[in-house]
Amino acid sequence: MNAFTQALGDGAVVAKRNLIKIKRVPDLLVFSTLSPIMFVLMFAYVFGGSIEIPGMDYREFLMAGIFAQTVVFGSTITGSGLAEDIQKGVIDRFRSLPMARSAVLIGRTTSDLVNNVIVVLVMSVTGLIVGWRINSSFPEALAGFALLLLFAYAVSWGMAIVGLAVRSPEVFNNASFIAIFPLTFIANTFVQESKLPGVLKTFAEWNPVSAVTQAARELFGNTNPAFPPPDVWSLRHPVLMTLIWVAVFLVVFVPLATRQYRRAVSR
Amino acid sequence: MAPMSDAIVAEGLVKRYGSVVALDGLDLVVPEGTVMGLLGPNGAGKTTTVRVLTTLLEPDAGRATVAGLDVHADAKELRRRIGLSGQYSAVDENLTGFENLDMVGRLYHLGKKRSRERARELLARFDLVAAADRPVKGYSGGMRRRLDLAGALVATPRVLFLDEPTTGLDPRSRLGMWDVLGELVAGGTTLLLTTQYLEEADRLADRIAVIDHGHVIALGTADELKAQVGGERLELTVGSAQDVTTARAALGPLAVGEIVEDERGHRLTIPVSGGSEVLVEGIRRLDAESVKVLDVGLRRPTLDDVFLSLTGHAAEEEEQGE
Repeated sequence: MNAFTQALGDGAVVAKRNLIKIKRVPDLLVFSTLSPIMFVLMFAYVFGGSIEIPGMDYREFLMAGIFAQTVVFGSTITGSGLAEDIQKGVIDRFRSLPMARSAVLIGRTTSDLVNNVIVVLVMSVTGLIVGWRINSSFPEALAGFALLLLFAYAVSWGMAIVGLAVRSPEVFNNASFIAIFPLTFIANTFVQESKLPGVLKTFAEWNPVSAVTQAARELFGNTNPAFPPPDVWSLRHPVLMTLIWVAVFLVVFVPLATRQYRRAVSR
Repeated sequence: MAPMSDAIVAEGLVKRYGSVVALDGLDLVVPEGTVMGLLGPNGAGKTTTVRVLTTLLEPDAGRATVAGLDVHADAKELRRRIGLSGQYSAVDENLTGFENLDMVGRLYHLGKKRSRERARELLARFDLVAAADRPVKGYSGGMRRRLDLAGALVATPRVLFLDEPTTGLDPRSRLGMWDVLGELVAGGTTLLLTTQYLEEADRLADRIAVIDHGHVIALGTADELKAQVGGERLELTVGSAQDVTTARAALGPLAVGEIVEDERGHRLTIPVSGGSEVLVEGIRRLDAESVKVLDVGLRRPTLDDVFLSLTGHAAEEEEQGE
């Protein structure tokens, strides 16, 4: 067994362990699903009437944004899960075993991806109920979901670094909220980024969350010729831009997270 | 010092956290098949020592081998040969006892079938068969600790590290754990055990290394360490301050060292030699002076005394935090 297949094998064992938790503590999944449902309903019915999107229904515009926000939030489980494992000494146990160094991270990010798949499914149904429709082909829609999940997977590795560094799930949650709220709100997720003032507009145009949102919007067919994306390279080529972000995240975060794991010990 | 006969060799280990020196040139040798007790208060460096020897931490200086393998250069191979049970029960609450052990077996690469067999074997050995398929969440503290220890034994390690295996357990569970550990040790496993409990080291360890401020300040068998503190002492509690003075005068000739007086508790500690005859003689003298004796006894030194005389402070007095 070479190092790579061993890492995958060990990763699968760890992922299975994490998935058992989803089964045994269903509250976790329930609440991580309820909050996006709440967001869908709130934005659709509370803000929906006040936000004008030229040429299209707000709910159609909204869903891709909520999908992006939700999967990014879903990726934070990676950080809080690892922080909890450190706190409880589980990481010490894993690190004393002759397993691959990256296996715990591979297992964690994989099981969180599965969690995100479930959440996205539930959200799609909610979206369909409030009137959202996919206006593209089946393969395109599938590509849209795949891109959202891939993006979240890459972000997971960044969350892993933070979770391993702070070593407390409570601290992690506070820290990640500070980063995630601006990232998911100063974007094209819920409003038109073109209406944002100066610096925020530039931030929103190059925000990775905007790229994946725009990409999903296009792949779901939730766009309108009357409302074209702004003339910025990142949003004119959102799929490519998202893939570039994913590659950058993975290239930077995977080695950093693995290095952080090697040093992680409980206190 | 032949490498084959020493399961653990540590030389000059140093580990700093910022300005805090956790290990300050720690040396340790544990012969194969013996039990070494690492005794010291919180913050003395016990856990750090275990973490360095189990490859969880890189020392800043010094070197160490376990089962003949270097903790740095041969880390991965070394992890196959050791078992670690940490300060907290590092078992997964949401998994069942069986699932926990099965997972550890898989991560030791025992294979699917062997992992399952081994999990069942260990559950039987640690009296957890009835609870095997229940989530650990519902386990008692003692059950968790036994499961955690079972996890450390999955790969039948030659060298076992237990970091404070009974901390936080109630007295009954602690006794149960001691029985389990006693059997294990009888089987010939080399064991490094850290503890704050002097009684525990006394009972389980062949040799004890007393650690304070990151290095070993005393090493020997429990008896050797006790001998360092000196012999027996007569401990006496009397009824009044007046009696303290009278008793002190009466027993003065029996003392072989300085008499320690605790006026508020009306207690006297008198170093003596000669065993029970001295006790009888002492009581006779007190009786002759009509001293009202509330309590009297001959006490052999405990490891608490050892600690006090070696470090100048009692084991429990040290501030928390490691």
